[in-house]
Amino acid sequence: MNSLTRMWKKEWPLHLMLLPGLAFIIIFSYIPMSGIMMAFQKYVPNKGLFGSPFIGWRNFQLLMDYPDIRRVFFNTVYIAVMKIVAGLFVPITIAILLNELRREWIKRTFQTLVYLPHFLSWVLLSGILVDILSPSSGIFNQMLGWFGIKPIFFLGDNNWFPYVMVISDVWKEFGFGTIVYLAALTGINPTLYEAAEIDGAGRWKQTLHVTLPGMMPIIVLMLTLNIGNVLNAGFDQIFNLYSAPVYESADIIDTFVYRMGIQQAQFGFATAVGLLKSVVSFIFISVSYVLAYRLANYRIF
Amino acid sequence: MVIKPSFGRRAFLVSNLIFLAFISFLCLMPIIHILAISFSSGSAAAAGKVALWPVEFTTAAYDNVFGKPEYVRAFGISIQRVVVGTALSMLLTIVTAYPLSKDRNTFRLRTVYAWIFVFTILFNGGLIPTYLTIKSLGLIDSLGALVFPMAINVFNVILLLNFYRNLPRELEDASRIDGAGHFSTLWKIYVPLSLPALATTGLFTMVGHWNSWFDGMLYMNHPENYPLQTFLQTVIIKMDFRFLKSENVELMLQLSDRTSRAAQIFVAAFPILIVYPFLQRFFIKGIVMGSVKE
Repeated sequence: MNSLTRMWKKEWPLHLMLLPGLAFIIIFSYIPMSGIMMAFQKYVPNKGLFGSPFIGWRNFQLLMDYPDIRRVFFNTVYIAVMKIVAGLFVPITIAILLNELRREWIKRTFQTLVYLPHFLSWVLLSGILVDILSPSSGIFNQMLGWFGIKPIFFLGDNNWFPYVMVISDVWKEFGFGTIVYLAALTGINPTLYEAAEIDGAGRWKQTLHVTLPGMMPIIVLMLTLNIGNVLNAGFDQIFNLYSAPVYESADIIDTFVYRMGIQQAQFGFATAVGLLKSVVSFIFISVSYVLAYRLANYRIF
Repeated sequence: MVIKPSFGRRAFLVSNLIFLAFISFLCLMPIIHILAISFSSGSAAAAGKVALWPVEFTTAAYDNVFGKPEYVRAFGISIQRVVVGTALSMLLTIVTAYPLSKDRNTFRLRTVYAWIFVFTILFNGGLIPTYLTIKSLGLIDSLGALVFPMAINVFNVILLLNFYRNLPRELEDASRIDGAGHFSTLWKIYVPLSLPALATTGLFTMVGHWNSWFDGMLYMNHPENYPLQTFLQTVIIKMDFRFLKSENVELMLQLSDRTSRAAQIFVAAFPILIVYPFLQRFFIKGIVMGSVKE
């Protein structure tokens, strides 16, 4: 008892400091978590969470029988995995190439330019993309026209849509992605390069045998941390760029939940779909953190 | 002694420079294209004559955009949420990260608290329950719906707490010996020393608030309360004009005209274009140092 009061006397300011932050996450993160009860209810808005009847797993059964649901899950994973792979490969390559630049101001200018798209919202970038890719007057289709290619409706064609999502996402994020890899590159001991040079290794061999191994820990780390994103195909981007004709290739879990829940007010059903996503994501993220800890000794805090 | 680089090496350096210049240009080009369209005449833009330089220069699109009370009001709401939201968020992040940066001997329950925060990264209630919570709190159509849910960003808390931890311990010990309590240690030692990390988290929070559009769409029933990005989402992307009060068709056509769309996009991007290059060195430093742990 005595030690407890002593502890409290010493530590009370620290508890006090956490109080406002805790209040916010309890209200805006934990209270909504209790709302997942709705997934097991036939939710009626005016009866509320405690008045609506429970229907067990019915919502999940409905979900399994829903005709397009396989498509939705497939699209989500397909787009997300392509984004993860491309989002790893491109920044690493660009970081290595940027690192070869000898003049600091050129390097800095290029960096500033490639960071730019990261800071713009998908609303603005979608507005720009829709304009550029327009089949009638977009500049991109005009350029294809110089090579005799007929205009392509990139955002309205199921064959193109997923790839346009991946390419435009890589375009937006690769510059920002180079930051961690550039930091890793500056951390490589320069004597390793000198030693390799004395052993007769050229620039290419040095990249292969010094640079890449030096970056390996951070590459492994980024890859494992990205496992948690397997069900995040990018709601902001797809919601702003898709339309009914491309639902077949573009509809992902998040857009599906939005349409079912907010637009069609099927709260119980939409919550069930969302819960399924949250649970699977939870498993993936937890596994990725455990792996990151084991492989790269990474700790979140 | 300077060794002259071999021919192969020089060829590589030159082609690398050209390649990277091209890549950088690809990142900038869409913005320049939009800017060029916004300053071109409506007919030139519609005919697809504009590439990277305005054709038949005119500022009509901008007169048009700034003449629309809807656009100006949405811009104002966005400024409001950035100012209020960033101030609240920074204050909370600073005080939350401090106790969590202590080790177990100084703060016994630290790990328990830290997990309460981190768990919200791993799991969330999802779209519908969050929406219904905000609704039952009576926050619909208020600034609170845009500011409170984003008030604590756990990633920013982690970035800052890792930064705090890398500060030399001796500084804190010295201030404790001088009789300073936790609050004054935080305020007088930690905050001034973590300016790069604070600039980083501050920048991300500002950009996050400026760019956020989905919350406006969910929580604002009345379009008069839309922040700029939500307004643009309805007018430019969804081309939904039902909410515009004015019934004249002319207004509708003007706002959906290609040059006007471009001008609206550029005006919304402009604050970011001027802010981020200046903060670049801070955020790089902040990210790198915040992510290094011992």
